[in-house]
Amino acid sequence: MLAVEGLSKRFGGFLAVNQVSFEVRAGEILGLIGPNGSGKSTTFNLIAGNLRPSSGSIRLEGAEIGGLPAHMICHRGIGRTFQIPRPFRKLSLVENVTLSAYYGEAGRFSRAEAEHRAREVLELVGLPCDPQATTLGLGASALKKLELARALATKPKLLLADESLGGLDRAEMERAADLLGDIRKRLGITIIWVEHIMGVLMRVVDRVIVLDHGEKIFEGEPAHAAIDARVTEVYLGKSHGERAQPV
Amino acid sequence: MSGSRLVAAIVLLAVLSAIPAILPPYFLHLVIQILIWSFIYTAWALMGRFGFVSFGHGAFLGVGAYVPALLWNFYGLTPWLGIPLSIIAAVLLAAVVGYPCFRRRVVGHYFALVTLALSQVVLLSLVAARDVTGGSLGFTQKAVGHSWYALQFPEKGYFYAIAVLLWLAGLAIWRWIDRGIGREALEAISEDEDAAASIGIDVMRAKMRVTIISAGLTALGGAIYGQYVMYLNPETVAGIAVSLQIVFAAIAGGVYSLLGPSVGALLTLSLTEGLRVWFGTNFIGAANTIYGILLVLCIIFMPQGIVGALQRVTLPRRAPAKANATETPQSVTRRPSSAAQ
Repeated sequence: MLAVEGLSKRFGGFLAVNQVSFEVRAGEILGLIGPNGSGKSTTFNLIAGNLRPSSGSIRLEGAEIGGLPAHMICHRGIGRTFQIPRPFRKLSLVENVTLSAYYGEAGRFSRAEAEHRAREVLELVGLPCDPQATTLGLGASALKKLELARALATKPKLLLADESLGGLDRAEMERAADLLGDIRKRLGITIIWVEHIMGVLMRVVDRVIVLDHGEKIFEGEPAHAAIDARVTEVYLGKSHGERAQPV
Repeated sequence: MSGSRLVAAIVLLAVLSAIPAILPPYFLHLVIQILIWSFIYTAWALMGRFGFVSFGHGAFLGVGAYVPALLWNFYGLTPWLGIPLSIIAAVLLAAVVGYPCFRRRVVGHYFALVTLALSQVVLLSLVAARDVTGGSLGFTQKAVGHSWYALQFPEKGYFYAIAVLLWLAGLAIWRWIDRGIGREALEAISEDEDAAASIGIDVMRAKMRVTIISAGLTALGGAIYGQYVMYLNPETVAGIAVSLQIVFAAIAGGVYSLLGPSVGALLTLSLTEGLRVWFGTNFIGAANTIYGILLVLCIIFMPQGIVGALQRVTLPRRAPAKANATETPQSVTRRPSSAAQ
């Protein structure tokens, strides 16, 4: 469904993403992992249109989308969340999601329909649909859910979930991971999940891609990633002979 | 609700139509000025309320005032065509300056600086084109007495009616933008452009749209002001001074509420006039000093503006979400973690 080929991004003299190629199959959850600074978020921003690729191509269902502005990529059917939640604080919870339901479909639906869909999505992720509710009292977990709700309200075919679990405790992480699995099942959307925490991700994703220093060093099943020599090396250091433990 | 609104509207109309009959000419003149400036401040606040703080509205005002006046004097073109042309010119100017700003993400202080330069460019151009515009000495339209064709009325009543309609139109446009979902989109953009774009909002288009509306209306206000006072001076309708006047008055009145900019116009103009009359020729400069101090106090102690502060006292606030209490418990099916084992 999504084909990334020879994707590179250069910031001045620094090559953040170097010739990365991978494919995302329809309906799967693909994990994109790697240590800090490995180029995961940059890859994400390139796909979502927040950054323009220096070279390479990104094709969604055969059509080139590399270099399109972010709002057009959203209209093509790619939704994204941000690593650090970025709610619109001046708007209420329902307004936040209504706005993305409305503009995600490029204003093809009325406001009332958008609001209706917003309520459905809020319910799906487990947030209150109370029109009075603001974003002020929300904790880390609820803010992540709002990010997710806002992305889902745009009706994406492909969801880019950026480090959905940072800042959550163990139980919240488990719940969030299950939520992503649940969303795939119920909405039938494809998900790329960026994460640096390996543990929880590994039991939900179908395949995993590991990046290091902007290069792809592994692609395959999660179980294999854990015993791959290069992945272990990147995560645990060279001299470490033991098996990788979830971080 | 709608009944009391209807009554309020009728009372307002009655008061508005009684004013020219009751007020002596000087005060009628003041009211007309307040209405026209209210419209201009409202036009500025259409942008300003979203944090797009423009110090360039003096430029649009100047274009709006000078274009119809010049066309009338040199080509005898009726303001009925000159005013639309001046609006088009202001919109083009706004587009030429706005587009690269929004494209290159010039926001906040930098946007303010670019627009500040814009208003000065228009002022200096007007002064430099002395042969045509009269430079710093100002410019007077050829007077023809009472004429619909020339849009000149020596009797104040006509301009009073025009000013009222203009003001009401400004409020209606504010209302129209405020009610639409576009208002929420702009609110989102003003907070976080990336996040707004990620949910499908065309940030560029939304910003251009509101900028163009704001600039066009400001030009219209400038044109009507020019037709009314029949004397244009670069210092009073273009440049930094008038840009600052617009920004301060609108902010002091309150840019987040419908009537805020109008209250700003009412207070600042009555204050200026009041202080001017009170002090007369004694203590030259005292009036301006007091005006400045009061404005600073206003902005420090009422950051939401006067109307905003009043609303804060009278209206109940929204309750924050009790997120944790309402979170629905989810069935957690714990599979054995296959990771790394």
